[in-house]
Amino acid sequence: MSKNLFEKVWANHTVRELPSGQSQLFVGLHLVHEVTSPQAFQMLRERDLKVLYPERTYATVDHIVPTDVRERPFLDELAEEMMVAIERNTAQFDLPLYGMNDQRQGIVHVIGPELGLTQPGMTIACGDSHTSTHGAFGAIAFGIGTSQVRDVLASQCLALGRPKVRRVEVNGTLSGGVYAKDVILAIINRLGVNGGVGFAYEFAGSTIEAMDMEARMTVCNMSIEGGARCGYINPDQTTFEYLQGLPHVPKDAAFDEAVTWWKSTASGQDASYDDVVYLDAAEIKPTVTWGINPGQSVAIDEHLPSAHAAGDAEALQFMGFDAEQPIAGTKVDVAFIGSCTNSRISDLREAARVVAGRHVTGNVRALVVPGSHDVRDQAQAEGLDEIFRAAGFEWREPGCSMCLAMNPDKLQGREVCASSSNRNFKGRQGSPTGRTLLMSPAMVAAAAVTGEVTDVRSILN
Amino acid sequence: MSNDSIRRQITGRVIPVRGDDIDTDRIIPARYLLTVTFDDLGNHVFEDDRVGGGHPFDEAAYQGAAILVAHANFGCGSSREHAPQALMRWGIGAFVGVSFAEIFFSNCIALGLPCLTASAEDVAKLQEAVEADPTLSVVCDVEQKQIRFGDVVIAGEIDAGLQQQFVNGSWDALGQLLVDRDAIAATAARLPYLTH
Repeated sequence: MSKNLFEKVWANHTVRELPSGQSQLFVGLHLVHEVTSPQAFQMLRERDLKVLYPERTYATVDHIVPTDVRERPFLDELAEEMMVAIERNTAQFDLPLYGMNDQRQGIVHVIGPELGLTQPGMTIACGDSHTSTHGAFGAIAFGIGTSQVRDVLASQCLALGRPKVRRVEVNGTLSGGVYAKDVILAIINRLGVNGGVGFAYEFAGSTIEAMDMEARMTVCNMSIEGGARCGYINPDQTTFEYLQGLPHVPKDAAFDEAVTWWKSTASGQDASYDDVVYLDAAEIKPTVTWGINPGQSVAIDEHLPSAHAAGDAEALQFMGFDAEQPIAGTKVDVAFIGSCTNSRISDLREAARVVAGRHVTGNVRALVVPGSHDVRDQAQAEGLDEIFRAAGFEWREPGCSMCLAMNPDKLQGREVCASSSNRNFKGRQGSPTGRTLLMSPAMVAAAAVTGEVTDVRSILN
Repeated sequence: MSNDSIRRQITGRVIPVRGDDIDTDRIIPARYLLTVTFDDLGNHVFEDDRVGGGHPFDEAAYQGAAILVAHANFGCGSSREHAPQALMRWGIGAFVGVSFAEIFFSNCIALGLPCLTASAEDVAKLQEAVEADPTLSVVCDVEQKQIRFGDVVIAGEIDAGLQQQFVNGSWDALGQLLVDRDAIAATAARLPYLTH
């Protein structure tokens, strides 16, 4: 029996077994951002340690950066202090920093793949739970906390216990208006927000294989919302074609050699798994969350659940929704297209297709925040920014923005936000009482132009 | 490692936090991540959940608790170490729950905060006992894998290797990770993407 990708990558990167029984795992790529790193650098200073592999460490700023006025110093003194900290820390430890006005700046999980830093067969770590995004390339990518950021800076290693591997197989063809976001929301709904605890997820099947790299990133991005330690997709021709020519990807003969190695890391045909589950793509519809965790979702033509389960009752109460009400027709105040889940060019193209020739309704506040400078520039080259502006959207600079509202982009009061981001936790978008409905970027666009949760298929068809 | 690092058992009062899937945004809202230290986080634990009152962290009886008892998937969501840091700085030294989210659990290990899992029935038993008598002294015994209160003993689970780390005070991984730098270099040398 052959091995699955997770087992191969784990073995390739195991330095040694630790006395604790955990593995010491070498980290091939370490991505750093401004929010979870300052204390880690301070710990290095306190212990008089260096960064062991500065050439495998890349930093950018995304979480706190404003997406409108980018002048320094920031109005928010705390945010300014954090910017100064990452500038000082990367300078002191001699690490590359893609600062706010660098062409390479963007959401860390958008730029890693864009620059070709993210490659198959790698181990990747970043002090951010959505690091699982990079698994779309067949990398094993872990979100870590600040003490572990310190560990990786100092040793390029993590101490980790090996999770089990669950293959999540999705087969069949997605119908029009149904996207990768709907697939991952359906998976989380089915397996639960804690269904993945103790597991790495391998996403597979004909539906996943047919996806482009950006769609695959959306799927892997939300592995953590299903409780999984990481999620990945086996590298294939789609992966290799995406990578060819990117700045950090080897060229010419070296590229061919790399492809050979990448192929060798993919799961074998007869690889075994600790668990396998199957989903039918034909059953997946545009999906919207109604509650306070990403598993609380329904298809666009369904009704909210009853309030029998304690968790559902709490969510209904917080959201101010009635049990068993339809999700379609729910009024929205804000429409947010962005985040590491859905801020890439294909996301913006689909959303633009919906808003073209239409206009944001009434008082809805709508914004598009591209994931990176490259995404922004590509969208502008295609005229997408003009389509969004003409429709009444604000067109912003790259950053995490209203996904977690650490910058000035926040919900106000009880606002309801149709959001292409990844979390609908209480208070997530900056107002403790604000409400988030997660959905695909096209569905956000549909909500923006109708003022309510709307089946995007009725607009596209 | 020093004796200060040894976590054989944590004894004290318990604060119960009810509900599954308590996420780290609730434990410490993102606006408190705008900081270059962890120093002040203990003052903002569950801040938004506490608006309107009735939260255990606001009840006088639970002030000074050393053990937090949770339900399933506690600490899900963001990787922010600020969440266990905030709880630790508030005074929590150990967790008992049905299950813990992966990254939260890893962060707790890195901070020397044992997380013991127990069956849903036993967690309910502990929650009810504490709610009936918040002054109850509870022993979270990492070495014996038990949670004891009054004459009740419930079984706690923790991975044997991690248990040993807490018992002998070696839970700070960085020392171990730097023991064998040659092995790190040897691993790097066999990875094609680092050598081409």
